[in-house]
Amino acid sequence: MDEQEKPLSLVLFSGTDDKLTAAAVLAVGAAAMGRTVNVFLQYYALDAFRAGRLCADHGLAPEATVEQASSIRGHAAQHWSDLLRQARDVGEVDIRACALSMDLLGIGKDDLDPLVDGVEGVAAFMAASSEGQVLFI
Amino acid sequence: MSTVQIDETIDARGMPCPGPLMNLIGAIRRSQVGQVFEVLSSDEGSKTDIPAWVAKAKHELVEVVPDDGFARFVVRKAR
Repeated sequence: MDEQEKPLSLVLFSGTDDKLTAAAVLAVGAAAMGRTVNVFLQYYALDAFRAGRLCADHGLAPEATVEQASSIRGHAAQHWSDLLRQARDVGEVDIRACALSMDLLGIGKDDLDPLVDGVEGVAAFMAASSEGQVLFI
Repeated sequence: MSTVQIDETIDARGMPCPGPLMNLIGAIRRSQVGQVFEVLSSDEGSKTDIPAWVAKAKHELVEVVPDDGFARFVVRKAR
């Protein structure tokens, strides 16, 4: 990839598996197309990134009907954590935990999965994302 | 069938989006310039994603051949 693409910055708030998967698909697509991906983990999304809990059942968004939930759960889509690893494999992906959310949920650095690169404040995230779009999921 | 010599076939049939593209990217990354890959994919997303990525990454899309329930994408690593 020669020309510099603008980064894609994702603020992940929801911690359900469907929203995390949708976000991870965006991340892997952006990374494949040469865009740096910044991920900022807040609230329930941050909770899903606790060490050893990535592959737990995080449920689905409230709008999922029983039929949709069964179809989604029966599908062979890759897990969102694997998609994020693939994104990191093909491009530049920086995953940071929101410092405030860490405090709110009583999560320490050692409680986070190694997929998370570190803890960051909102200003640092905004500095990293200033050139491109920010999506709140 | 075309006359292009295929170096490696990636059979990604049945794999959902973006799996086939990611498999192609992985294969291209560990190969030599000039090598030719064919990706077999039944994923609808591949029809737009593989050409978009190949153009962006400046490789060569040799051909796209629709088949029975899947498509065959032939890609040459150009750089």
